[in-house]
Amino acid sequence: METFLQQLVNGISQGSAYALIALGYTMVYGVLKLINFAHSDVYMFGAFMGFYIANSSWFQATMGTSVLSGVVVLLGAMVLASMLGILIERFAYRPGRSPSPGTLAFWFGILGAGFGYLLGKTPGAVAAGVLAGIVVGVILEKWGVRPRAQSSSLKILIIAIGVSFFLENSGQQVFGADPKFFPQIIPTKVLNVAGLSLDSQKLTVLGVAIVLMVLLNVIVNYTKTGRAMRAVSFNLDAARLMGINTDRIIAFTFGLGSALAGAGGILVSLMYPKIDPLMGILPGLKAFVAAVLGGIGNITGAMFGGLIIGLAEVMAVGYGQSTYRDAIAFVILVLILLIKPTGIMGKGMVEKV
Amino acid sequence: MKRRSWIQASFLLCTTVLTSCSRDQGQGDEILIGEYGSLTGTTATFGISTMNGIEMALDEVNQSGGLLGKTVRVIVEDDQGRPEEAQTVVTKLITRDRVVALLGEVASSRTLAAAPVAQQMGIPMVSPSSTNPAVTEVGDFIFRVCFIDPFQGLVMAKFAAQSLQLTDVAVLRDIKNDYSVGLADVFVENFRTLGGTIVADEGYSEGDTDFSAQLTSIRARRPQAIFVPGYYTEVGLIARQAKSLGIEVPLLGGDGWDSPSLVEIGGAALEGSYFSNHYSVDDPSPAIQKFVGDYRDRYGATPDALAGLGYDAAQILFDAIRRAGSADPTAIRDALAQTKDFAGVTGVTTLDENRNAVKPAVVLQVNDGKLVYVETINP
Repeated sequence: METFLQQLVNGISQGSAYALIALGYTMVYGVLKLINFAHSDVYMFGAFMGFYIANSSWFQATMGTSVLSGVVVLLGAMVLASMLGILIERFAYRPGRSPSPGTLAFWFGILGAGFGYLLGKTPGAVAAGVLAGIVVGVILEKWGVRPRAQSSSLKILIIAIGVSFFLENSGQQVFGADPKFFPQIIPTKVLNVAGLSLDSQKLTVLGVAIVLMVLLNVIVNYTKTGRAMRAVSFNLDAARLMGINTDRIIAFTFGLGSALAGAGGILVSLMYPKIDPLMGILPGLKAFVAAVLGGIGNITGAMFGGLIIGLAEVMAVGYGQSTYRDAIAFVILVLILLIKPTGIMGKGMVEKV
Repeated sequence: MKRRSWIQASFLLCTTVLTSCSRDQGQGDEILIGEYGSLTGTTATFGISTMNGIEMALDEVNQSGGLLGKTVRVIVEDDQGRPEEAQTVVTKLITRDRVVALLGEVASSRTLAAAPVAQQMGIPMVSPSSTNPAVTEVGDFIFRVCFIDPFQGLVMAKFAAQSLQLTDVAVLRDIKNDYSVGLADVFVENFRTLGGTIVADEGYSEGDTDFSAQLTSIRARRPQAIFVPGYYTEVGLIARQAKSLGIEVPLLGGDGWDSPSLVEIGGAALEGSYFSNHYSVDDPSPAIQKFVGDYRDRYGATPDALAGLGYDAAQILFDAIRRAGSADPTAIRDALAQTKDFAGVTGVTTLDENRNAVKPAVVLQVNDGKLVYVETINP
């Protein structure tokens, strides 16, 4: 019995990690009907940003191991992650919806950085490469070469997969492919309650996940921006006709979702301190399953979906074989798609004709 | 870069020397030995430590008059840590430099790539530190001076049952990794033979980050220690999670733990845990202390196990050439196969009929964030 209860605790803490990632997935889907595959890589980016903030000399000198320093790292990573999210939206997803100037210059600039590094391996060479790339991009756009704008959800989905691969592989180049170890920035205490070991870090993660879920519900349902988000979700063109700046609302949605991914990266790294550029792939897929299980687009559903996946995984390992750990989430995905495709809390969607 | 160009220069030099030389190595006034290793790449420290150890052994033998009245020269090639490059440089060493014997590599994958070439050409190869059992199965010209993976399972079983007097031990193995499974199987078998009980046998896969489910199952069986024969990354995470589940018993492991990162990841959770390794710089034996002192004087660093094994590999090869009384590759091979009770810095080495070293292992304990020598366990 004691072992079972402990496994329950383990499952809930593993599940809260999935729930954190699933929240962002489901919110972006709810508004844009887009499965943002780059979400799990923004999660990885958040973890690395937290790692660099916590290891910076400024942080080491002024902050110690305290709850405050945990909050600083969390907020810092959320801000940086949301900036990355807005950048991805602006230069990868928006050009897929409508013609947006500067897209070619941006991607040529990145290409130029790569070439500059290959040739020189010095900051100067990289900067020259970026500059050359931007110039080439601007000239091409002046000539009238620009990405064709023809919105289709399949196209944006494929762009999302491309961005995901781009972030994973450039992460291996920039951060290094070898795993790093996330420092202990908040104090840990193990509480013993009736034979159960409760780790204060895991309780923190669960608590923050619940707070973020409530906050997200409030933003989406009770603020003006939230109302605009729901309007965009309901009908993009009608929302634009009603005077909503749809591009800004979509960018805000991505920024919010990416901030959640960044928070997830930090909180999960506190529990499981090994971080590497490919760390987002599997948790991201499982969080996606969690979002589908809870009813994709439904914020409370994502939370429950995450907890169910986490519990199922821990029980499969604790009372079965550890090899089933990664299979169980996908078995659940197949079952839910066969039995109730809209998920536990999802509403039936009627396709508008 | 400097070292690379030096190697290339020496390589050029020896090719010019050799083209004027006949195939018969006995005629010159030098005995040529080839060494290949990862001097660059992600495992550069492996190759450099080994090369430093070999250089020390080389200088010692040449200062005492060389072998068979000739000077010994070691030609070093960099394989950049790539198996296919290892094969290329070994082919070059044998066919162009005409070395009579080879030293290398550290990583089993690279030794396995190069060994078939040496076997086919009939040139004896001594690997200082490739522990995978398959390495010496390539053929009768391939030797190694370190113990093989399963031996560590036996060492830790003996240590747990006899030194620590434990009766109930749990096993947590990496089921995706041959090394880990091999160690765990041998440990379980020998620990049972020595009268102990394996109370739980759980698995995980390399790359996992959550081990709480397995550790909770293990905790319910109340073991006195947990044998975790994995690599340092997972071991560090396992130690932390065990601590947060209130598991206070020590962890036991093998040389996969040997990394400066181990303590960085595991932190205080690893205090009091034990693992087996090839040698310890704290070993009080005078031969080891002399080696450690000389090495520090020369390279300004503490020799790791790979430097010690490189040193021993070279010494064992020199000893075989001396006993063979000839620089003929086949004669050297026969003498190597007869190596018995050779006293080196990594212990007394005897090569068995499978050309593997039978030698003691040391047990280290994590104490105040440092690795402390506990005892030596003989086969």
